[in-house]
Amino acid sequence: MQKTLTILMGLMFALISSFAVAQDRPHVFEGAEIIPVVGDPISNGTLVVHNGKITAVGASGSVSIPENAEVIDASGKVIMPGLVDSHSHIGEGDGGDRSAALHPDVRIMDTINPTSDSFRRALSGGVTTANVMPGSGHLMSGQTVYLKLREANKIEDMLMYVDEESNIYGGLKMANGTNSIRPNGPFPGTRARSSAMVRNLYIKAQEYKEKVDAANGNSDEMPPRDLQMETLVEVLEGKRIVHNHTHRHDDILTAIRLADEFGYRMVLHHVSEGGQVAEEIAASGYPASIIVLDSPGGKHEAVNLDYEIGRKLEEAGATIAYHTDDPITDSRLFLRSGAFGVRAGMSREKALEALTIVNAQMMDLDDRVGSLEEGKDADFLILNGDPFSVYTQVQETWVDGIKVWDRSDPEDRKFATGGEDVFKNQASHSHHDHGGN
Amino acid sequence: MFSKTKLLTAIMTMEEIKMTILHTTITNVRNSLFNSRNLMSAVLCIGVMFLSVELTQAQKIAVKGELIHTSAGDAIENGTILINDGIIEAVGPEAEIQIPSGYELYEAKVITPGLIDAHSVVGMAGIYNVPDDQDQLETSHAIQPELRAIDGYNAREELVGVLRELGITTVHTGHGPGAVISGQTMIAKTVGTSVEEAVVEPVTALAMTIGSTIRNNFDSPGTRSKAIAMLRQELIRAQEYANGNDDQPRDLQKEVLVDLLNGDIYGMITAHTAKDIMTTLRLQEEFGFKLLLDGASEAYMVMDEIKEADVPVIIHPTMMRLGGDGENASFETAGKLSEAGITVLFQSGYEAYVPKTRVVLYEAAIAIANGMDYDAALRSLTIDAARVFGIDGQVGSLETGKEADIVLFNGDPFEYTTTTDYVIVNGEIVSRGGR
Repeated sequence: MQKTLTILMGLMFALISSFAVAQDRPHVFEGAEIIPVVGDPISNGTLVVHNGKITAVGASGSVSIPENAEVIDASGKVIMPGLVDSHSHIGEGDGGDRSAALHPDVRIMDTINPTSDSFRRALSGGVTTANVMPGSGHLMSGQTVYLKLREANKIEDMLMYVDEESNIYGGLKMANGTNSIRPNGPFPGTRARSSAMVRNLYIKAQEYKEKVDAANGNSDEMPPRDLQMETLVEVLEGKRIVHNHTHRHDDILTAIRLADEFGYRMVLHHVSEGGQVAEEIAASGYPASIIVLDSPGGKHEAVNLDYEIGRKLEEAGATIAYHTDDPITDSRLFLRSGAFGVRAGMSREKALEALTIVNAQMMDLDDRVGSLEEGKDADFLILNGDPFSVYTQVQETWVDGIKVWDRSDPEDRKFATGGEDVFKNQASHSHHDHGGN
Repeated sequence: MFSKTKLLTAIMTMEEIKMTILHTTITNVRNSLFNSRNLMSAVLCIGVMFLSVELTQAQKIAVKGELIHTSAGDAIENGTILINDGIIEAVGPEAEIQIPSGYELYEAKVITPGLIDAHSVVGMAGIYNVPDDQDQLETSHAIQPELRAIDGYNAREELVGVLRELGITTVHTGHGPGAVISGQTMIAKTVGTSVEEAVVEPVTALAMTIGSTIRNNFDSPGTRSKAIAMLRQELIRAQEYANGNDDQPRDLQKEVLVDLLNGDIYGMITAHTAKDIMTTLRLQEEFGFKLLLDGASEAYMVMDEIKEADVPVIIHPTMMRLGGDGENASFETAGKLSEAGITVLFQSGYEAYVPKTRVVLYEAAIAIANGMDYDAALRSLTIDAARVFGIDGQVGSLETGKEADIVLFNGDPFEYTTTTDYVIVNGEIVSRGGR
């Protein structure tokens, strides 16, 4: 009951805030090259948005313009969906501490600063939705949060619920490989110990779930509330997706082995040696959210990280997205990640999807964001050229039908370039000091 | 030294030729090279050694480009370059240059001189980022000018190969930032299997830092003002040493500081905040050494002062992560300095984590996208860097008589989706179908 109330309140906040800000008049963008991502590019297209939603998109002339619409000439521009980042550390949040290696109870949601200038920085690069993750360095570092980059003073106004029934607005961050290994303390000292600790906890969660199922809604029969167990039951029920940091080829396969054993839904993250096990990843069905860096190395697990992982995974038939892992790569340069995929032979179509709709799928949000389709959230970018050209810049970023970033406004523009007193608290978050990414 | 370089690059070329026979596609060649480089080198070296001298003498290459950026005057449309024995023999419009028989022909959309990374730690800070391969910073003492880059440079470091494949043919590398004086730097070409083969100039600068990062690495100095006091005292002692009798005992520290004071080598000072930049200029004025201002995140706040001091700026990597002394860095600084008439060079810098090295080609690209003039950026990566380092007689432009360091791109070099088709160093193809 308490849960239901929280959900209702959360939804009401979301509804009220979106109604309060969404424009009354429809906005029509005419004459742009429109890249809807789902569907073919439209060389001379029209986009109509109203009350925060896309109401029409198509070739100019084929789309009827509402009578009272504000018509904006977008000729010479490129319009594409707002970028969706499946792995980011913007927002100044934290996560699990050093008291344990497993923190499924910890919510990054409680620690995000909604007014963080890192959100403005991400908007300047075109990011409109992000999976903001607690830092790594744990087997489970906590619950992630799916955020719409709306202007907000409280985090509730930014949450993206995966559906209306559940109170889920994030995934669970997990990691394997060297990321969580420590010489002492409550942390595993080896990869095998890492797996054993994760499996033990999931077995406990399976037992907890059996008790919950057996209670069949009878509160007297329910096991005592346990935040860790409740989260893992959501994972076991497929409602909460695991986002699993993994680099080395054998660690990738270990992540797949564990997900298969417990039947949870998982996204593989980073996947630096994914090119070596591309067939296995494709066969597993787990999607891969990958990172591309200027050069390989910096730690043992990333020495084989090259530009070609996207192409190799595409050729193998795996589902691929790119992420920023901001601050490992800068949200302002997210389009660059897709371009580097193309550089190494990935198809342009897949590279565009990898920045948008596939990331949305990885968060169960693809019915609302990640493409320009009728009925979806009006999250889109206006660019001054090809998305994969270095010379192209985001001109405007729109979220829920509201222009939230505008390069022509000096107060917004400064977040795209940096400069005196533009960014505070931008120091790389501490978890990366002990082997993150 | 030069003949050694030729020998080595000849070996590499033969290795690649062998690989070409083994594999049909360019991509396969590159992957195989990466994975089996050591094995193949070992197998091929002995056999190739005998062929190499003959091969080097016979190495005649013609390069044709739809657009050749020479960094010596205007770009040439549909141009030709002739290379003989490692040296550029001719460069000009194709209508004016006949390709003699016996020249191996390579063609590309866009051609540039080999790119110069004006400040790197590549070869000192390795790809694995473990204590074994990190030689860019010695933390036993905050002032160690006697540390030579040539004693730490690993010519076989994988990251050197990464840069080479991306068209960087010359690097100014050595000790990193983080100490008052961390040690010496050197200039190397991104080829060779030993520092002797790679080195262009064994001592180029002393790497120095002014700013808050020093206190992370040393108990003392723990403040900026203590660091400057220590540095000034050392320089004053070096002045006294220089004026001392000939019979005073040798002192490795003082010898190199005297070289600095005499203007034989640069002082490369990493300083990011406006106040640290001003301190740097104050020191330079007091001791009169040749200064390279490095990092300089807040250079745009003290541009007049930098211009007045007439010092080149090796600007921070454009995409440097924000934070600490560099939190006010801007994508636009390189363009602003360049427009103000200040010499700006690009660097890969030092990275503590991933990526372990940056790439000047990409850093310049983002600078151009944020207002820097295209041709100015290209000059900065080539002839401007060569002039600052005094190696413009050898490299930095495509002109007759210079060493043939040339990059062949399949499009605009700065575009994300452009790759290098070939990289030529000292007249030898050292990378095919690169990154």
